Amino acid sequence: MRNRTFIFKNQPRIHATATLGGPKEGSGPVGKYIDTIVHDDYFGEKTFEKSERKMLEYAIRQAIQKTNFSDKEIGAIVAGDLLNQIISSSYACRAFDIPFLGIYNACSTMSEAFIIGGMMVDGGYVENVICATGSHFSSAERQYRYPLELGNTRPPQAQWTVTGAGAAVLSVRGKGPKLVAATLGKVVDFGITDTNNMGAAMAPAAADTLLEHFKNSHFKPEDYDLIITGDLGAFGSRIFKDLMWEKGFDISERHVDCGEMIYNIAEDEFQGGSGAGCSAIVFNGYFYKKLCNKEYKRIVLIATGALLSSVSSQQGESIPSIAHAAVFES
Amino acid sequence: MQGNENINFNKNYIDYISSIAPKTKETRSLLRAFWVGGTICCIGQFIRFAFETWLGLSGDELAAYVSVVLIFLGGLLTGLGVYDRIGKYAGGGSIVPITGFANSVVSPAMEFKSEGFIYGTASKMFIIAGPIIVFGVASSVLIGLSYYIYFLVV
Repeated sequence: MRNRTFIFKNQPRIHATATLGGPKEGSGPVGKYIDTIVHDDYFGEKTFEKSERKMLEYAIRQAIQKTNFSDKEIGAIVAGDLLNQIISSSYACRAFDIPFLGIYNACSTMSEAFIIGGMMVDGGYVENVICATGSHFSSAERQYRYPLELGNTRPPQAQWTVTGAGAAVLSVRGKGPKLVAATLGKVVDFGITDTNNMGAAMAPAAADTLLEHFKNSHFKPEDYDLIITGDLGAFGSRIFKDLMWEKGFDISERHVDCGEMIYNIAEDEFQGGSGAGCSAIVFNGYFYKKLCNKEYKRIVLIATGALLSSVSSQQGESIPSIAHAAVFES
Repeated sequence: MQGNENINFNKNYIDYISSIAPKTKETRSLLRAFWVGGTICCIGQFIRFAFETWLGLSGDELAAYVSVVLIFLGGLLTGLGVYDRIGKYAGGGSIVPITGFANSVVSPAMEFKSEGFIYGTASKMFIIAGPIIVFGVASSVLIGLSYYIYFLVV
């Protein structure tokens, strides 16, 4: 019988993390946990795409520097992003003398990277692996929506793509938080077609993964200090809690959402942040530090991704979604 | 073999979402659109009176001058990064007037400058305004034809 949940026997540790955020992220509630705040959306580059890849490269470089490893000691970089053909990750990795595995699961790329990286380290194939991802509001708007200067209104269920990048070094050594278990997500599509309502599209995927996780492992909701979703936003989180409630799990006291907590809702963020960078910044910045301080004993990160493209949405297709769960202990 | 399309679709879920999804505040949007759109039209009318009085223009020439000025203002405000803020507030109030049309041409032109002048600016310039032009031209031809036929018959 197939089991989507597995336990890491050797428990890879997060040796170090590095995060970088834009001005809006820096002024939000988790701003002081972000390592580097960039006050210029362009990050000194000519285009937003170049800016995004420079952010990712910067985060990876910072993470390596914190561990004092040389490039040769890193087994691989597992990274992905939201742009077509994941160009940000590929171009960022030109700068490193490290093998590169490009992955894509939209906004759930961070937990996917943790799971793949964790498997590589746990299996003993590499000693250290880098898991990284990032996104940029302006390059995402360009690709998925309208020109930035176009004068249109954002609907109230919309979210705001996070500008920033995060990287973590998983290692066999070190004292950091341990990656103990993971549950793989499957593609779930309940038929939501509104591309502005990603939270509603992704909530069933998150619920599916978490239910599977509880079913296959000995963990119960009470075993977790926090159940963290990636970027469901305020509205998506409400649906997620409703769906779990319907199946007999009350997670309302333990659930937090990275997208919901990253911004002060002041402009048109509405339901909160989204994008691959969202869980990357909030987890590698805020939650990593809280785990290191032993404020949380065990948390589960369920980053959620909406697997659509601008072509599929223009052709009126619904939005398939996915969520991967990774369990960390301090 | 049955295709896997629509296999997991859950009508109950879609109904549930549409019943609890946050709604646009219609009254507020309408009021904002009304006063901003009205103000833009008043500015246009003022320019029209000014040109009529001081430059002595009239008819088609006057209309063309007013349009040119408004299009210029729309383009300028887009370039200065102001028009998208007006649009965010006013919605349809700033999309429908001719300044909104200028905005929809200038904003992609600016945005896609990074892909070069030919494949970027020039080819992407009408991605938003293109449909407006197509349907505008097509409907004007239809109206023109029916007008012509009507007078031919009568």
